[in-house]
Formats: sequence, C-alpha cells, structure tokens
Amino acid sequence: MSPIISVSGLSKVYASGFTALKTINLDINRGEIFALLGPNGAGKTTLISIICGITNPSIGQILVDGHDIQRDYRATRSLIGLVPQELHTDAFETVWATVSFSRGLFGKPKNPAHIEKVLKDLSLWDKKDNKIVTLSGGMKRRVMIAKALSHEPQILFLDEPTAGVDVELRKAMWDVVRTLRASGVTIILTTHYIEEAEEMADRVGVINRGEIILVEEKTALMQKLGKKRLKLHLQGKVDALPSSLAAYNLDLAESGKELIYTYDTRSEHTGITSLLGDLRAAGIRFSDLDTTQSSLEEIFVSLVRA
Amino acid sequence: MNLGAVKAIYRFEMARTWRTLLQSIVSPVVSTSLYFVVFGAAIGSRITQVEGVSYGTFIVPGLVMLSVLTQSITNASFGIYFPKFIGTIYEILSAPVSYFEIVLGYVGAAATKSIILGLIILATAGLFVPLHIHHPVWMLTFLVLTSVTFSLFGFIIGIWADGFEKLQMIPMLIITPLTFLGGSFYSISMLPPNWQTVALFNPVVYLISGFRWSFYEIADVSLSVSMGMTVSFLVICMTVVWWIFRTGYRLKS
Ligand SMILES: Nc1ncnc2c1ncn2[C@@H]1O[C@H](COP(=O)(O)OP(=O)(O)O)[C@@H](O)[C@H]1O
Ligand SMILES: [Mg+2]
Repeated sequence: MSPIISVSGLSKVYASGFTALKTINLDINRGEIFALLGPNGAGKTTLISIICGITNPSIGQILVDGHDIQRDYRATRSLIGLVPQELHTDAFETVWATVSFSRGLFGKPKNPAHIEKVLKDLSLWDKKDNKIVTLSGGMKRRVMIAKALSHEPQILFLDEPTAGVDVELRKAMWDVVRTLRASGVTIILTTHYIEEAEEMADRVGVINRGEIILVEEKTALMQKLGKKRLKLHLQGKVDALPSSLAAYNLDLAESGKELIYTYDTRSEHTGITSLLGDLRAAGIRFSDLDTTQSSLEEIFVSLVRA
Repeated sequence: MNLGAVKAIYRFEMARTWRTLLQSIVSPVVSTSLYFVVFGAAIGSRITQVEGVSYGTFIVPGLVMLSVLTQSITNASFGIYFPKFIGTIYEILSAPVSYFEIVLGYVGAAATKSIILGLIILATAGLFVPLHIHHPVWMLTFLVLTSVTFSLFGFIIGIWADGFEKLQMIPMLIITPLTFLGGSFYSISMLPPNWQTVALFNPVVYLISGFRWSFYEIADVSLSVSMGMTVSFLVICMTVVWWIFRTGYRLKS
C-alpha cells in the first residue's frame, strides 16, 4: 500500500537564516503509530507544522494520501488532526463550544453524538459546559485532543503529548491512541521520552539537528536492544580462538586479554552454559566477568552524538 | 467553498461581541450621546444652521461614521490579532479553509457589528434631533461599504501588529484625527480655501460627504467621487489582504 504521508527532499530555512530541517525524506505507513524521537530543537515541531500547513516549506514535496499539501490543501488538511505542543486555548469558550467550533472549521456537518463520544472518551463530558479558563493544564490538553478528533481525522499528529502530563492523563491518552489505531487512524507522535516510543510505536524515527538519522521498525530496534554482551577477563593472553569455539559469536579484545560474547537475551537458549563448558574444555580460564546491555537510550545517544 | 468554516468563524466572532457587549455596543453609544450633548447643545446654540439644516442634525452622519470607522478597525483588528497572540491561530491555519473564507468570516463579523452599531447610533441620534433620511438605500450602501472596507483595514492592522500598542495606535493616532478633521462636525466649505484643498487629501472626507448626502442631499464633493474613493480604498485593502495571505506575512514563518 502507498504511504499515507510521503515527505521528499523537504528542507526548511527560517527567515532568521537558521536551517531547521536539512533534507528530509520520510514515509509514514497507513494505520501505523510512528514515533518521531529527537532532542529539543531537532526540528520535530517544524516538520509537523509544515505538513499541517502552519509553516511554509522552503523546498521539497509532501504528499498526504497522494495529495500535494500546497496544491490540494483542502484534501490533505481535512484528513489531519493536530494536537500542538503548546497549550493554545480560547479561555472564555466552553469545552462544548470550542470542540464544536473545530468541527465546523473543518467543514463537517454537525454531529453532537460524535462530539459527545469524543468528550466521554477523554473524560471531559462532565466539563462540557465549563469555560476553558477554569480547567487545569491536563484538562486543557484533553480539550486540545478533543478538538483535533472533532472532525474524525484519518491522521493524528501529537506533538509531545505527554510533556508535563500526569500519569493518569498519560494512560488515558494511550488508551485513546490505541483505540484510534484499531479503527485505522494513523498516528504520528513526537517525544523525547524513549520509553514512550518503545511502548507505543510501530516504527521509530530518530531526528537530530534537522536530519532523520534512523527509521526502523520498533521490533528491529528492540532486537538491537535485546543484545547483551558477556565480557570475560581472561587469566592469560589468547592469540587465537580454538576451532572448538568457532560456533559462538565471540570476539577477542584488549589484545587477547578479554573475550566478548554477544547473545540474544530473548532467545530460549543463551548458550552461556555450553560456552562456559567449552571454554573449560579448551583450557581457557577467566578471572572475572560482567554483562552489559545496550539500551535504546544508548543507541539513541550514540546516534545523536555522532 | 467551506461554508461551514465561514459560519464557524463568523459565529465565534459574533459570540465574542455578545460576551463583550458593554465594550462593543454600549460604550460607543454613550460616547455618541456625549458628543450630542457637547457639540449639539453647546456649539449648536451658536451655529444654528449649516447649509440649511440645524447643526445638531448636520453632525449625525459624521458621528455615525466616526463610530463605524473606529469600531470596524478595532473589532476586526482584535478579531485576528487575538488568535495570533494566544496561539489559537494554529487551528485556522491547519484547517481546510481558503484565505477568502477566513477573511469572509472575520471581516464579515466585524462589519456586521459595525452596521448594527451604526444603526443603533442613528436611533440614539433620533432621540436628540429630528432625522430625515432622503436616500435610505444610499445611506445603507455607504454604511455597508464603509463597514466592510474599514473592517478589512482593521484585519490588515491586526495581522501587521505585533503588540497591543500598535493595535491601538492606528485608530487612536490616525483614524480619530482624520475623522475629526474629515468634516464630521463641520462642512468643508466652512474652512479657509487653503485648508479646503488640504482636506481633500483626507479620505474620510469622501466617506462622510457621501454619507451625509444620503441624509440631506448636501455634500462637500459629488456623490460619484465619494463612491469612487470608497470603492478604491476597498480595492486597495483587498489587494493588501490578498498579498498577506499569498506570502504568509506575519502569519506563517
Ligand atoms: N520561527 C522560527 N524562526 C527561527 N528559528 C526557529 C523558528 N521556530 C523554530 N526555530 C528553530 O528551529 C529549530 C527546531 O525547532 P523545533 O522544530 O521546534 O524543534 P523540536 O520540536 O524538535 O524541539 C530550533 O533550533 C528552533 O530554535
Ligand atoms: Mg517541538
């Protein structure tokens, strides 16, 4: 199936001369949850704002469901719901009025039943007649999500949805996101929390300094994550590994004073027991050992530093 | 055409008016009444007639224009400045609406308010002086055209302004003086000849002249010149708005 969003050769230079996006190429698959992971200032909000029509691209092309975002803006924007990073709300409007306004703005006919459902899903129903100014920060964020969902979008952008949000809201939000995904909505969220990407996403993209440096299935990332390294500090020096150990994924380090075994923690047999047996048989002894696991955090940090 | 969006913006803006009823309707009515008391009663007792009508009656069209101009600009500039200021503009920019629809919603609402206000002030004036409108259709035409034109102008100010001072500066420093000097309270023919020439550079003169003609058939300049100038200013404002949206000036980075 063709991607629902296709970004090609996109770059953004702000009027200040600052290059916020270098050359972005990115495809978002239909129905997936895509997490865009990156440190502050990486360009996440800029990318989303361009796709949604809030910021002008400098060069490049973006297709949403096959439509060009500039030429066919009506078609592309109708498909998209956006929950921006900052809380922007009309203080003196009621919850019901502001959510209905959003639906009207997107040209959809009135549908009180849908708005009722959205408000109930977000636990906003008993607040529907309250003025937004009277709501807490968390409630305001729910209102912004309700506005984005008011016009039944096929694509939902959540820009740092959980920054400064309490546990309860975070849970409620993920429930909503999962339900939406189950109904076929594509969700793109940005975050700088790795756990969030890990928990929710089907695919993860890492962006840094305006460049996408990795896009991968989360399971593939987890495989890298699942790799563990067993380091054996040898009593003597070993110049070459005996052929009896060739079957193991082994490396010599520290000019033969260390032996490193890389294995998959999630496979049924790690092979450690047999390895230790075979080492003894080969006459290789060690004085100490330790294990390390590369986390997504580490992968991320090493990518971002590079 | 996304009529739903136009309606949504229009309703939103009108709801804002009713919420701020005191500011948007009551205070212009009060200040107009004050003008009547001060100018109509105090000056009117000295200047009894201007071109065949009583002074109190003579100033009515000018007073209506004064309020309509200022309120059009204030309402329309606030209407678009505020979402920019608090950030809710993101929703308008990311919605499937054309620039024309955005302008129609905001400017339509601002102009509606001005027209209602103009009529209320006219009714208020009727309490102080006898009113006779010779050409009601022309009167309404001028009222609508002026409201729309200056709401567009206000919309431009609202987009251009990046602070509340700038927002208030234009009506305060430019429109109020131009209106006062534009013949709200006197006929241009009462000025010395040199000043009459200067006055003709004031666009507001044409608005007030045409508007007053629709009441009493007395005018400083001919009706067609008045209408021509009003429409020209409308076209200029529409061109600027078109340019703003085409370039994203102060709306999109
Ligand atoms: N309007 C603007 N003008 C100039 N620079 C900007 C503007 N908006 C954002 N930037 C810069 O672009 C970079 C990317 O910003 P942003 O997209 O908000 O990053 P992120 O959302 O990943 O934190 C930052 O360095 C930011 O300072
Ligand atoms: Mg951001």
